[in-house]
Amino acid sequence: MIQNCLKQRFEHTSQLLRFCHFQLGFKSFSFSVLPMTVCPQLLQTDTIEKPAVCVIYPYCSRSKSLHDRAVINCQYSMATFSTAERKRRPHGDRKSSEMSLHLKQTFEAAVLTELYPRSQIDIYVKILQADGGNYSACVNAATLALVDAGIPMRDYVCACTAGFVEDTPLADLCHAEESGGGTSLALALLPRSGNIALLQMDARLHQDHLDALIEAAMTACKGLSKVLDGVVRQHLEEVSVLTRD
Amino acid sequence: MRDTPLSNCERRFLLKAIEEKKRLDGRQTYDYRNIKISFGTDYGCCIVELGRTRVLGQVSCELVPPKDSRPTEGIMFFNLELSPMASPAFEPNRQSELLVMLNRQLERCLRNSKCIDTESLCVVSGEKVWQIRVDVHVLNHDGNLMDAASIAAISALSHFRRPDVAIQGRDITVFSPEERDPIPLSIYHMPICVSFAFFLQGSYLLVDPCEREERVKDGLLVIAMNKHREICSIQSSGGIMLLKDQVLRCSKIASVKVSEITELINKALENDRKIRKEGGKFGFAESMPKERITTLKRDEAPVEMTDVKETANEIVNRTETPTEAVSSPVLVAMGTAQVGEGIVNSWGLDEDEEDEPQTEDTKTDEVLVISDSEEEEVVILNEEAQKSTKPCKQK
Repeated sequence: MIQNCLKQRFEHTSQLLRFCHFQLGFKSFSFSVLPMTVCPQLLQTDTIEKPAVCVIYPYCSRSKSLHDRAVINCQYSMATFSTAERKRRPHGDRKSSEMSLHLKQTFEAAVLTELYPRSQIDIYVKILQADGGNYSACVNAATLALVDAGIPMRDYVCACTAGFVEDTPLADLCHAEESGGGTSLALALLPRSGNIALLQMDARLHQDHLDALIEAAMTACKGLSKVLDGVVRQHLEEVSVLTRD
Repeated sequence: MRDTPLSNCERRFLLKAIEEKKRLDGRQTYDYRNIKISFGTDYGCCIVELGRTRVLGQVSCELVPPKDSRPTEGIMFFNLELSPMASPAFEPNRQSELLVMLNRQLERCLRNSKCIDTESLCVVSGEKVWQIRVDVHVLNHDGNLMDAASIAAISALSHFRRPDVAIQGRDITVFSPEERDPIPLSIYHMPICVSFAFFLQGSYLLVDPCEREERVKDGLLVIAMNKHREICSIQSSGGIMLLKDQVLRCSKIASVKVSEITELINKALENDRKIRKEGGKFGFAESMPKERITTLKRDEAPVEMTDVKETANEIVNRTETPTEAVSSPVLVAMGTAQVGEGIVNSWGLDEDEEDEPQTEDTKTDEVLVISDSEEEEVVILNEEAQKSTKPCKQK
């Protein structure tokens, strides 16, 4: 059944410009105007919505504070109504802890933490509706939140999933494609330098296909970074117009 | 109890050595430590030793009702435990980051790669399936727990035998091992994790880091592969920046290592099977080497001897000549006495004792007493002291 759905998808697309197939479609980003450093973002992709909130504290608990850097804490949780079956434990189970850990590591590499010694940056992400690509949407939302908060970063952190179905790499998998049993690779990239901040892959893939898959994911991320950049600039224009009046 | 922190000079030393492509135990950058796999008397129990890291894997099974979403498949459950036995850094009952990471990686490596045929674990569809539980306990932590845990888990799963069942209508009879031989699990392939540690912002990488090297690493890349060159899972952690060709190079190295390790596991399984069939003794007690000293032999320690001669000559030329040689090794100075002797007892306990040592004091220059035995008459072959050779009286 999955194979049929995918074949239909191929037929519907007008023309495959490149080897990989883009299925990204960001509908809207909404930034909210809140004072100082708290800045919730609502990131809506085709199917997934998640708000990301980023808070920066000038102080940090004694036990965890670092003398030369800021500490980044991430909390990832899913709303109980986000998946098809009601989720019993929204956070605290192993998958959520692992996701939180990965988000923390990704952003520790991207944020210029040396500028905020003895401080703490908290990032909270909550998934309202999950349809595959949870990690990527979290990373993108958190990037926007950090940009809105004015926290200096090395580059936009863009993340995207990619998969392999019938010798074709696909970008941005949805839930049906992910759980269909094919491979899925999640990649977090800093587009300008091409550095991979996080690489995660499940399920079997032959070694020879790895190159093509990573390449597909990287191209998708680079396209995504352009979209993010455009949205940020647009929002800035809007805000500057508002404040001028 | 918290582990001792790593000192700055140790850290610098390790990083400097890595820059010069040297490791603490003399391995090359892509070398694994010695892997030793031994099985216990029960089916499904296995201990893996990777250098000094020791990990125990145990597999057990139980009949349970299946999950609602998958009524015809068995359940696999993985659990990894870090106890303070392994390292003083592990605190009991604490959900640390390392534990979460290891557990998730083990689950991803073994469950998502579908190495076990779960459909064959179904007994009665929708009612009873086998739940296979893999428990991995870390016995000693000397670095690279992930690899050792994955080898232990897959070896234990390959070694395990589940009881045979017979179904008659709705009745299920589970046979004990005495009644019918237990059946092995059907394993499609053996995924094994290979860890790569990155240092100095990703410029250097090492395979199989030991505990010290792990402390100074920047980040870790774990690639799980099987011997058919299929990648089962990739996970990068630690916040390092990787480049695409680094990842591809690591996957190539991993494929070589995995085929070696898979051969090792198969050989160990084969050995165990042969011994059991022949009726010989098997189990952990047998696989430990008997520590009997038959000859006193020391392992040769590798020493670098390339430029020893020049260094030795240099040292000899550099040192000063020693001061003038003395005829006797015993040097006497004013007011000193020898070990076992001592100066005059000034406590004044007995009148007898007070009298004797008075005479000794004046002749400290001449009397050289080495032995403190009452019976011996000590004769010092020294020209000055030829006159006074008298035995000393000890209290």
